[in-house]
Order: sequence, then C-alpha cells, then structure tokens
Amino acid sequence: MTGDMIIFAVSAVVAVFGAVMMIAQKNPVASVMFLILSLLAQAVCYVQLGALFLGAVLVVVYAGAIMVLFLFVIMLLNLRGREDLGLSSHPMNTITKFLLVVLLGVELVLIVKSVFMSGAVGGMMAKPTDDFGSVAQVAKLLFTKYMYPFQLTGVLLLVALVGAVVMARKDRSEIAHGAPSEEAVNEPTAGKVGR
Amino acid sequence: MVPVTAYLILAAVLFGVGALGVLISRNLIILFMSVELMLNAANLALIAFARAVNVVDGQVVVFLVLTVAAAEAAVGLSMIVTIVRNRETINVDRLNLLKW
Repeated sequence: MTGDMIIFAVSAVVAVFGAVMMIAQKNPVASVMFLILSLLAQAVCYVQLGALFLGAVLVVVYAGAIMVLFLFVIMLLNLRGREDLGLSSHPMNTITKFLLVVLLGVELVLIVKSVFMSGAVGGMMAKPTDDFGSVAQVAKLLFTKYMYPFQLTGVLLLVALVGAVVMARKDRSEIAHGAPSEEAVNEPTAGKVGR
Repeated sequence: MVPVTAYLILAAVLFGVGALGVLISRNLIILFMSVELMLNAANLALIAFARAVNVVDGQVVVFLVLTVAAAEAAVGLSMIVTIVRNRETINVDRLNLLKW
C-alpha cells in the first residue's frame, strides 16, 4: 500500500461514513455536521486528483458558506430533531427503496466498467503536467472557452437571489394589515414545530 | 497510484447514499441535504474523469456546478422557510396537496 492509497482509503471511508450518518441522524444540526465531514473528506480526494483550486473552493464555499446557510435556516425554524414526522412507512416500502438504491448502485458500477472496457479512458492516470488544476489553468479556460456559461451563472445567481427574497418574504397584505406583530406571527409557528 | 476506477466507485457509492436519503428521509431539510450530496458525488466523478483524460475542462464544469448548487440551496432553503411558515411541518409526507 502506497501513501496515496492509504490517504484515499481513509478519506473514502470518512466520506461514506459522513454521508450515511447524515441520513441516519434525527437532529438536523448533527446531520449538517456529518455532511461537512463528508465534504472535507471529498475535498481530500479532489486534491489527490490534482484539483487543488476546486478542493479549496469546496471547503470555503460549500462547507463554509452553504452549510452555514443550512444551519441558519435550521436554527431560524427552531428544529431540534423532535418534530413529529408521522408514522414510519410500511416495511415493504422501505425494502423496495433499498432495493431500488442497490439496483442504482449496480447500474452505476456497470457503467464505470463499460467505460473502461471500451478503452475510451485509460484505467491508470497519465502523469499530469505541473500546473494541472492550478488557479491559472482553470481561470484561463473559464474566461475563454467557457465565457458564456460563466456569464450565465452570474445571471442565474442574480435570479436565485431575487427569487429567494421574494419567496421567503411575508405576504404584503399580512404586513400591511399588521394586526399581529412580527413576534406574534413567528412565535406560535416556532413553538409548534419545536414540539 | 490510485486507479481512477476507485474514485468513480466512491462517487457511485456517495450518489447511492444520497439517493437513499432522498427516498427514505421524511425530514425536508435532510432530504434537501441528500440532494446536495448527490450533486457532490457527480462533481467527484467529473474531477476523476478530468484527471483520467488529463484535461482541465472537467474542473471548469465542476466550478459551474458549484455555483448552480449555491443558487439551488438559496432558493430551496427559502422555499423550506415558506413551507414551514405556512404548514408548520417539515414532514414531506404531509406536503401531499399535489399528490394524486
């Protein structure tokens, strides 16, 4: 076992462990923490594959910003993992879901196998150039070949920003009539969800 | 040297776990995080292929996917806030107004 192999094995195990624990947790805050663990392990894999810049972006933007947004919403809604989630579904239902996921996994492995059988991609990685995946190389492609997609993501972010504000805002009539104050509207909701 | 197949299988497993989370989770927020996990599994596969064929284009696509994921998270979370405000539940089984 080379050092590379050990690092990959450890990070793969941690990534899968974090993912499984994420869906097994009742408390959403713990769930977010396990997803962050999984993301950090995935960032290690990114770096191993030569994507230094994207590994850093994954940690800073994804684990750092998006997951904190999740935490904000969980705490805003006062979710503690004690919410009434109804009766658990029929065992037959659950078995069917597991079977579906196993089928999906088998299918994905078969796809991976067929890709390498066809010889389009070599099984072993070629030796990368020194600056493979560096900021300069990614940025150069981003501002030349992928200029239009890059500009479009800017528009997309603007639309998402406006959309998020419009959707999360209270109804205008509710604010205008203003009989119940801000706290009076919020408090019962939080109480009921928390119970 | 780790073969590319190992990374692809890791991505497939992560995608499978994410899909399982979407199917069995009844908590809206955990369901949403499972979707994020599936996006990340696809990203890992893209980066593995980028490395396998030694072309950086795959990494640029991952960068774009990350921006889309950020936009999706913002819109999705604001939808969750609205749903909880109006229905006072995060149980997806109870959000069945459009169910036949």
